[in-house]
Amino acid sequence: MAKILMCGNEVIGEAAVHAGCTFYAGYPITPQNELTHYMSFRMQEAGGTFIQAESELAAINLVLGASAAGARAMTSSSSPGISLKQEGISYMAACQLPAVIVNMMRGGPGLGNIAPSQADYFQATRGGGHGDYRTMVLAPSTVEEAWNLTQLAFDLADEYRNPVMILGDGILGQMMEPVEVVRRHLNGRNAVSSHKPWALTGCKGRKPNVVRSLFLGEGELEELNRIMQMKYNKIKSKEPRFESLYTEDSDLVVVAYGTTSRIVRSAISKARHEHLHVGMFRPVTLWPFPEAQLQKLARKSKAFLVVEMSAGQMLDDVKLSILGQRPIHFHGRAGGGVPTEEAIIEAIKDILKPKSRKRVYA
Amino acid sequence: MKKVFERPASLRAVPTHYCSGCGHSIVHRLVCEVIDELGIREDVIAVCPVGCAVIAYEYWDFDCSEAPHGRTPCVATGIKRVHPDKVVFSYQGDGDLAAIGTAEIIHTANRGENITVFFINNGVYGMTNGQMAPTTLIGQKTSTSIHGRDITRDGYPMKMSELLSQLPGAKYIERVSVDNPANVLKTRAAIKKALKCQMEGKGFSLVEILSPCPTYWGLSPKDACRRIEDEMSKAFPLGVIKDA
Ligand SMILES: Cc1ncc(C[n+]2csc(CCOP(=O)(O)OP(=O)(O)O)c2C)c(N)n1
Ligand code: SF4
Ligand SMILES: [Mg+2]
Repeated sequence: MAKILMCGNEVIGEAAVHAGCTFYAGYPITPQNELTHYMSFRMQEAGGTFIQAESELAAINLVLGASAAGARAMTSSSSPGISLKQEGISYMAACQLPAVIVNMMRGGPGLGNIAPSQADYFQATRGGGHGDYRTMVLAPSTVEEAWNLTQLAFDLADEYRNPVMILGDGILGQMMEPVEVVRRHLNGRNAVSSHKPWALTGCKGRKPNVVRSLFLGEGELEELNRIMQMKYNKIKSKEPRFESLYTEDSDLVVVAYGTTSRIVRSAISKARHEHLHVGMFRPVTLWPFPEAQLQKLARKSKAFLVVEMSAGQMLDDVKLSILGQRPIHFHGRAGGGVPTEEAIIEAIKDILKPKSRKRVYA
Repeated sequence: MKKVFERPASLRAVPTHYCSGCGHSIVHRLVCEVIDELGIREDVIAVCPVGCAVIAYEYWDFDCSEAPHGRTPCVATGIKRVHPDKVVFSYQGDGDLAAIGTAEIIHTANRGENITVFFINNGVYGMTNGQMAPTTLIGQKTSTSIHGRDITRDGYPMKMSELLSQLPGAKYIERVSVDNPANVLKTRAAIKKALKCQMEGKGFSLVEILSPCPTYWGLSPKDACRRIEDEMSKAFPLGVIKDA
């Protein structure tokens, strides 16, 4: 199969079609517009539905309806729009409805800017909206990985009946890379799967189905929460995904995800040329965070360095994994700043060779 | 002997939680009567609002979804686009449709979504203890307008049906009421017409129903009905607003 050049946003759209997504609703916001543009014609071609919603509130609830009706459905946005979607995501988690939500993060808080960022990590991994729920969060670092993880996201969403988020940033969304893409044509109507006995399809030959999150009876809501937590525990034990690089012989492990991990990767290869024993641990699922896998590295490695395009958010999960066993350092840029290779190498050297790097002031 | 009155098959035989004299229970019943008459119980998917009718799915014996407050028509649209052959309706209060969900209802109508909306205008937020709604009459006392709605502070009662009728996507809009038997029959006819409008694929249909909330109007059920005739239907005139 020949590779073609596509940007991350478009690849996510095509991967969704490939995964059988027949419903997309979105509202324009940079830096994810290419995905909305792509779906506007591609859904039509593929026999699905595209709706340019009047707001992100509408978009997520259109998706809620389509999902309740049994379709594979997706919406996408960037940080400010994802904030608006949180109400709907909480409802979908409570109603146990699958969906894929893409957040191509930009600098914040507030309107922020349109530079790449990873500052929505807390919002994505802690629940974001109200109530005790989680969304699975997948963080691709290349366009090719976006192709694979988007398809996985639909499978996971259906399997666990829970929203799944693809968390990227403006660089991943807009960067073009070669990728092997299989174009599929789908008949939208067939994609309402028969293995969703809970879906609203009209009650012919069965008792009526109800999609709901309101539970007023004594103990009912507590029981729903118990079921949800059981599900989340299963996800925590079964679904953590990660990549590790040179971690077997590293004194220092750099922890980074998404776009940042690419910069860290090249910083590390340069540092290793200088015989620095440094490796990388890259979480692919941010929730569930690959906690046990990272913790194992604390046995061999002397220290950790977390690099993020934020003021330090994944840092908390690294601390919760290492539990004080090793020192954890942080290098981050907030507000749309991107860590440079040089700054990362500098930080690595500061940790591994602190003495030789005493600054001399004239 | 001929049975002249019975419970519609689509309406479950359970007591409702509505206050006595509440319009919601009348409209629930009418919706079910029409669904039975059209023989579409197994083809219907309803979206229940956040509001006093939030647990309508306890009473309706067909597929139902909940929706976040005001997003009701979005959820209905999502369902209808996936199942264009099903009959999909949203059921919404005036807080749901005319306040928090104003944008959603306008754009749903403007896209000409082929769904039906039953809009229960009772002029208050019933569920949350009778606050002022966008449809509260001028001078009406509510828990957030204890001296009466004041236009200089609170603005004017919003005529959503007239507003929506300006949109080409909206095909059938009628305002009815359930304050007396004759009007109840007209409401039943309007519900049927609206569902048929959808079944014939014509596009967006909405029935606004002036509906008593004796509890938060501080009136007996009988006086609440009288108030609809004397006051409410003066501000919100009954009749077909659009039939395109
Ligand atoms: C986002 C959100 N805001 C506020 C509420 C609280 N709330 C529940 S019902 C309601 C008003 C309902 O009024 P209406 O739509 O007129 O329905 P009614 O009860 O009068 O039939 C409000 C404000 C909520 N559930 N969700
Ligand atoms: S508060 Fe009003 S609208 Fe709600 S059930 Fe009672 S009478 Fe009906
Ligand atoms: Mg009301």
